[in-house]
Amino acid sequence: MNEPDPMTTSNRLSSAFAKNHPALVCFVTAGDGDTAANLDALVEGGADVIELGMPFTDPMADGPAIQKANIRSLGAGTTTADVLRIATEFRARHPDVPLVLMGYANPMIRRGPEWFASAAKDAGVDGVICVDLAPEEDADLGPALRARGLDLIYLSTPTTDDERLPAVLRGCGGFLYYVSVAGITGKQSALVADIAKNVSRIKRQTDLPVAVGFGVRTPDQAAAIAQVADGVVVGSALVELVGDHGADAPARLRELTAGLAKAVHSAARAPRKEEKA
Amino acid sequence: MTESTPNSFRNQPDERGHFGDYGGRYVAETLMPLVLDLEREYRAAQADPEFQREFDDLLEHYVGRPSPLYFAERLTEALGGAQVWFKRDELNHTGAHKINNCIGQILLAIRMGKTRIIAETGAGQHGVATATVCARFGLPCVIYMGAEDVRRQSPNVFRMKLLGAEVVPVTSGRGTLKDAMNEGLRDWVANVHDTFYIIGTAAGPHPYPELVRDFQSVIGKEARAQMQDRIGRRPDLLVAAIGGGSNALGLFHPFLDDPDVKMLGVEAAGHGLDGDEHAASLLGGFPGVLHGNKTYLLQDEDGQITEGHSISAGLDYPGIGPEHAWLKDTGRVEYTAITDEEALEAFQLLCRTEGIIPALEPSHAIAAVAKRAKDMPKDSVILANLCGRGDKDIFTVAERLGVEI
Repeated sequence: MNEPDPMTTSNRLSSAFAKNHPALVCFVTAGDGDTAANLDALVEGGADVIELGMPFTDPMADGPAIQKANIRSLGAGTTTADVLRIATEFRARHPDVPLVLMGYANPMIRRGPEWFASAAKDAGVDGVICVDLAPEEDADLGPALRARGLDLIYLSTPTTDDERLPAVLRGCGGFLYYVSVAGITGKQSALVADIAKNVSRIKRQTDLPVAVGFGVRTPDQAAAIAQVADGVVVGSALVELVGDHGADAPARLRELTAGLAKAVHSAARAPRKEEKA
Repeated sequence: MTESTPNSFRNQPDERGHFGDYGGRYVAETLMPLVLDLEREYRAAQADPEFQREFDDLLEHYVGRPSPLYFAERLTEALGGAQVWFKRDELNHTGAHKINNCIGQILLAIRMGKTRIIAETGAGQHGVATATVCARFGLPCVIYMGAEDVRRQSPNVFRMKLLGAEVVPVTSGRGTLKDAMNEGLRDWVANVHDTFYIIGTAAGPHPYPELVRDFQSVIGKEARAQMQDRIGRRPDLLVAAIGGGSNALGLFHPFLDDPDVKMLGVEAAGHGLDGDEHAASLLGGFPGVLHGNKTYLLQDEDGQITEGHSISAGLDYPGIGPEHAWLKDTGRVEYTAITDEEALEAFQLLCRTEGIIPALEPSHAIAAVAKRAKDMPKDSVILANLCGRGDKDIFTVAERLGVEI
């Protein structure tokens, strides 16, 4: 039950994690600044997977940087239709880059799971991360997404012990998002040794790629994590650039992403088979 | 009622915390193991006579329970219909029903070995009750309160500080109760190892809606026995105000399987249900997910949460406990709404007829009682929950009446 059904796993996502180097996963909030230009800058900089944040009034798992991005986006009048349009246009420009929507349950289920899953599918989205949808409530989103070949990507945290892990993995597709710190986005960083221990613990139970996020800001941090994981997620550091630099944000995003990509892509990973032994 | 109506209205939620389609556990994964732990610990506490004994003892000697059951003779005369009785939970220590729940939750926190307490508060009543039990048990306490509410409710902020709590003004979002709750959840997720979150109403991830209801059910259990004692029967109608809904559930729940007892929950209609300036989640909202549970929410067509408005800061929340959502859909409880103006009139009516200054929250219930009593026979009985006293509200009322104090 822990293995994703190969028929329902997104080809773009699995390709991104099948490259001969770890994947760089980059997050920005939809409707914050010139999102199309920001997304293009991430791809040009070398991002392997894009997470597009759906703004929400109550982002309770996010730190100040992404909270402010949500406020800026909603303040600019961003709607769900706008988010889907941004995704659709991204897919037209970048047919091969995996795109994941990340956000909170209420905007996703407002019009019903079937509506959301269809709209996301039509927009060329490959997967969905829903921060406040516990695996126990999978029925609210999981079946509708999986029926359309979209992955619902679950999160695992330092508090998710071996006993609970199967519950998290059961409906999870695409990759598993390991949240490296018990906390909110963008705050403190975890020790690489702890991350390594937890990632190998997870890999004993699944063949899904594991991407690590929360608190990753610099190429050095990313390089260290890339040695022990299949992917590295960077969000708050990018979102801060959008907030600080407005129209000049794309150039800054390209620069930071390029540095992160170089660090992540050149990281030598520990042999995978041993991790699963 | 439909065929699918269960035999009992008192056996919710199911083992996964669902009240019909509502409730559940919608939290970040970091919190899930803790929420599951809390459920295990609550089940153990329920089976532990010592836990119940300690809870009962504190309610009697520290809170001052049982609260009186009072026949409001002059109000009844003024309304000219049904007899109006009040459950006097405003006479509790700290002046509202909130303390019942805080006693129960801090005993659970201590059982779980947690050494730090956090809570959110709107008007400050739950913050004061939480700070009170933290002082009583010597635990550090952090209260999250919207910056706007800190400004409007300075006496309660000072009370919390006197009791040793740290009050953190929340400026994220719009600085109101829901933003304070977001900030409380952010603190909790970063401090899961030592921190217990005392949620103030019958909402949040399972098992909070259930355990808050159970702790508040002391209101209805006492009232049921007291009514039997005083008039030898059950009331015809129960009435209670609803923000998150804990005082109403506390009164209603022990009566849910008495088919002869009707129930009326009273939401805040603010400036009226026809506009956006109200806090009536059940009558003016739609089902959705916020703060750990699925329930009726004030929200727009994209699922963005909208701000509630009410003259009463305690009712000013865009959601409602999930059990109320279920009770509404099953039809067991009727829900109505009362405007700011109607609540203000009821506030003054109770002051003048009974010599009781009620909080603005139960003033909504009193206004609903006034509307219903007239059309009910004189031998019928209404029991309303007087869930808080009005000292905290005199500044708001004075301002609305154009009086400078």
